[in-house]
Amino acid sequence: MTDIRYLAPGTLDEAVGAYAAAAGAARILAGGTDLLVQMRAGVVRPGLIVDIKKIAEMTTIEETPEGGFRIGAAVSGARLAEHPRFGKVWPGVLEGINLIGSKQVQGRASPGGNLCNASPAGDSVPAMIAAGAVVTIQGPNGRRQMPVEAVPAGPGRTNLAPGEILVSFTLPPQPAGTGDAYLRMIPRTEMDIAVVGCGACITLEDGVVTQARIGLGAVAPTPLLVGPAAAALIGSRLEEAALAAAAAACSAACRPIDDKRGTIAYRTKVAGVLLRRCVAIAADRAGRA
Amino acid sequence: MNDMTNKWIGQRTIRPDGAEKVTGRAAYAADTTMPGMIWGKVLRSPHAHAVIRSIDTAKAEALPGVKAVVTRADIVDFPLDKPVMLGIQDMRWMSRNVMAREKALFHGHPVAAVAATSESIAAEALRLIEVEYEVLPHVIEIDDALRPDAPILHDFLRFEGKPSNIAGKLEHKLGNIEAGFAEADVVIERSFTTRPVHQGYIEPHACLVSVAADGKTTIWSSSQGQFMVRAMTALLTGLPQSDIRAIPAEIGGGFGGKTIIYLEPLATLLSKKSGRPVKMVMSREEVMRASGPTSGSKSTVKIGATRDGRLVAAQGTFWLQAGALPGSPIRGAAGCGFAPYTIPNVVATGFDVVSNRSKVAAYRAPGAPIGAYAVECVIDEVAEALGMDPLELRLKNAARQGTKAAHGPVYPRIGFMETIEAAQAHPHYNTPLGEAPAGRLRGRGVASGFWFNAGGESSAQVNITEDGNVVVTTGHPDIGGSRASIANITAELLGIDYKRVSVLIGDTATIGYSNLTGGSRVLFASAMVVTQSAEKVITSLKERAAKIWKIDPEAVAWENGEARPVSENAGRFPPLSLAELAARATETGGPIGAGVQLNTTGAEGGFATHLCDVEVDVDLGIVRVLRYTSFQDVGRAVHPSYVEGQMQGGAAQGIGWALNEEYIYDRQGRVENAGFLDYRMPVCSDLPMLDAVMIEVPNPKHPQGVRGVGEVPLVPPLAAVANAVHDALGKRFYALPMSPPRVLERLEG
Ligand SMILES: Cc1cc2nc3c(=O)[nH]c(=O)nc-3n(C[C@H](O)[C@H](O)[C@H](O)COP(=O)(O)OP(=O)(O)OC[C@H]3O[C@@H](n4cnc5c(N)ncnc54)[C@H](O)[C@@H]3O)c2cc1C
Repeated sequence: MTDIRYLAPGTLDEAVGAYAAAAGAARILAGGTDLLVQMRAGVVRPGLIVDIKKIAEMTTIEETPEGGFRIGAAVSGARLAEHPRFGKVWPGVLEGINLIGSKQVQGRASPGGNLCNASPAGDSVPAMIAAGAVVTIQGPNGRRQMPVEAVPAGPGRTNLAPGEILVSFTLPPQPAGTGDAYLRMIPRTEMDIAVVGCGACITLEDGVVTQARIGLGAVAPTPLLVGPAAAALIGSRLEEAALAAAAAACSAACRPIDDKRGTIAYRTKVAGVLLRRCVAIAADRAGRA
Repeated sequence: MNDMTNKWIGQRTIRPDGAEKVTGRAAYAADTTMPGMIWGKVLRSPHAHAVIRSIDTAKAEALPGVKAVVTRADIVDFPLDKPVMLGIQDMRWMSRNVMAREKALFHGHPVAAVAATSESIAAEALRLIEVEYEVLPHVIEIDDALRPDAPILHDFLRFEGKPSNIAGKLEHKLGNIEAGFAEADVVIERSFTTRPVHQGYIEPHACLVSVAADGKTTIWSSSQGQFMVRAMTALLTGLPQSDIRAIPAEIGGGFGGKTIIYLEPLATLLSKKSGRPVKMVMSREEVMRASGPTSGSKSTVKIGATRDGRLVAAQGTFWLQAGALPGSPIRGAAGCGFAPYTIPNVVATGFDVVSNRSKVAAYRAPGAPIGAYAVECVIDEVAEALGMDPLELRLKNAARQGTKAAHGPVYPRIGFMETIEAAQAHPHYNTPLGEAPAGRLRGRGVASGFWFNAGGESSAQVNITEDGNVVVTTGHPDIGGSRASIANITAELLGIDYKRVSVLIGDTATIGYSNLTGGSRVLFASAMVVTQSAEKVITSLKERAAKIWKIDPEAVAWENGEARPVSENAGRFPPLSLAELAARATETGGPIGAGVQLNTTGAEGGFATHLCDVEVDVDLGIVRVLRYTSFQDVGRAVHPSYVEGQMQGGAAQGIGWALNEEYIYDRQGRVENAGFLDYRMPVCSDLPMLDAVMIEVPNPKHPQGVRGVGEVPLVPPLAAVANAVHDALGKRFYALPMSPPRVLERLEG
């Protein structure tokens, strides 16, 4: 029955200061759609909550001068969907974020929360990995950057150092002929958690794949960047042999568990199925881009 | 009084509880508060099976804010040697279910309860209770529970003279089974399994109990029967029933799961000890872990048919998980499976098997979906083997008036054949499945089903207000539209606008005993007592008019809401309306009203036939229902929207049972998916519009022709979906749920 303190600082420096000073007893609050649920279930009992939604840098979406995007870590899925250009450039990333929960949840849930909650099944993460997103982190020792796939350390754990806050995601400028997509397998049609999630980003030049990145979710302790799957696609015209090799690479990358949500055999097989379907959508978008 | 010229019966009138519910005003049990109220919480066993050596509550009691603690020592125990029946529930088991006695029998079994001034203090107090357990090996699955070396849950249970986890057996026999199979040209025998599934009511169990200094006790709770709440609480706490007033709150779903109690006796004892009103509300996790789902099962069904498609012999054996204490619905499984057919030779056997899971509770047509799943899948295979259309085979063998069912009755006029014929003639059955997109396969399945339905005790009071309107009070919580239907019936009988009728649900102190809302009995039974009460009111109204007119009451008719003189007096006096007679009540004999209490009989069984189209994604193993149509003999649809709602709801629950719902246990016997995220009930977007075709073959034994309609809809869907999946894939599944990993495994295997 400890009291909980709540702070909503207006600057990142204040937030980092308070967060670091609380030394582990504090939690960052973005949308709260994971945190509040976990608190009610008694899984976490923070002494301090630092709400980051009053910090401008964390709630804005901007296009970078080079033609990429910078998304504040606490931007909600609904806000991102309303952005006039983001969904046109990164439909796959937006799909991943917008798949989180329901309309009500979308009004709150953020990509930063999804990544820092560090569920292997977080829906926005595989598409972010495929997009080549880089995150900016700020802590007591200043700012640093890392690729999005380096953030999760295992179920519920991140590689953020004590006192560090995830500030934003930077998506690189896209070459012409690029398309991305995200697909997840859930037994239901909504309100479910990914049994397998797959993100793909493909660049085509005259029908030949020149760049590819593949992200997989829910098949290992952390979401994965699957280099061999991308390698199997690059240089191909997405012929059956290339797709089969990429699907096999995805299945081979899986290190899943048998649990209430799916069996090892099922997840391994489905990773390859989703790869094919996801690449088809991404390539279609690339062809039209 | 039942025909298609009815003015109100058969109308889709606006539901009387609608505005309150959509505006959030309806008062559910958890909404109730009282001055001085404190909070109760339950300590639950962390083990699936353990001897409870000791319980030390001293530290919890010493925590500031804690007002009372109760343990097994406070609950009335019943000697084990003879049953203490309350309806179909044995209080020996109910006592041990609400609080563990010698042993904790499942993970989540209550071990103690505390009441404190806040929820967080109560939660803290639970952590301070010291329980010494001796952990025992546990058993969950039926096959494991039946093994010779299985851990035995109850040393007082004997089967065939030996200690056993088989708590009971039931057998229905008809004809000569060996002779029947000898006559058959085609014999198919298959074994099936189903997993335990939860009713999935949205509102968790909740109650507020206030025990006054003189022992007078008031219970507000969410249940399917306030009289059941009163009786069980009285038995488990030792209070006389006359000291308990049980007030039914608006209920947020029950589906059978609220036909027994969990919290009320604990809250009563906590309130008695503390002198404060005590509120208890289960979390969703507690609901999933510790309230009753229905059984998991295994069954073997063998059916023999002649070449020309006559079913000549049928044998079924059904093992059902009871949970930790006896009482699985073997009667529904063994009794209902073969009941839709005229089969001369039948043996149906049910075994009640205990294991270390939460005790099962009723779930819509308890046991019948399990029985029908096995039987209807085998019938599908028989049709296939005979090269017959599956509906044609069912029609040829359909039970009809005069059929003797293995579970006992000879059917009166029933409408089962009509459901099959309606399905055959329906566009759904005559529209090709259409071509599936690449990587998908489509199929169509059919299945039928039966449920007993029930009558039993009901009470009603019909009062005319001084301004000439009507208040009807009955004694059943309304979980399926009974208030709207009773308003329709009362308006019809009295010949007045239904808006002039208010229907209320009385509490145990304000209305006579009424059995619980279950068995699809409520409209059947309450319509009878309401009808008889209304008839008495009409007789009284006619007498009063006769008195005013100074003529013989026989010479007065009641028509369109007014008394009219008839025969030689016709036209001599202007009619007297209900309002006019109400205004003159004092001078004509006093208040106008009548009540009737009955043990109703004549609730004949209900039948349905369902059609289901599915599409299977063969690479992901996902089965989606594309189209679904239910055909049901509903007797008389007093309020058609509610009847359709029952049909749709049952189909939706059955589709969930068939495709994704299941309890998943870990090695320690703990439920791993105790919440709606991982216990996958269908959401709206998973289902197409579920079409409902009502067929009205009135029940000859009921004044309005009512048959129970609430449970039959959950009986056919499991097999309808399974048969459709077979049609799509050409492979049969003998286990539910047909979840994506299982479908994919079967496709690859
Ligand atoms: C009904 C429902 C449905 C859901 N469905 C889905 C779904 O389909 N797919 C899915 O992936 N998820 C789902 N979720 C989970 C959740 O909504 C997502 O993970 C969401 O993205 C979390 O974002 P948030 O802003 O609400 O995070 P919060 O709850 O605010 O935070 C989550 C965690 O991350 C930490 N954190 C947040 N922001 C930062 C930061 N900037 N720096 C450091 N740490 C931070 C918090 O301390 C906390 O531990 C669902 C949740 C609910 C309640």
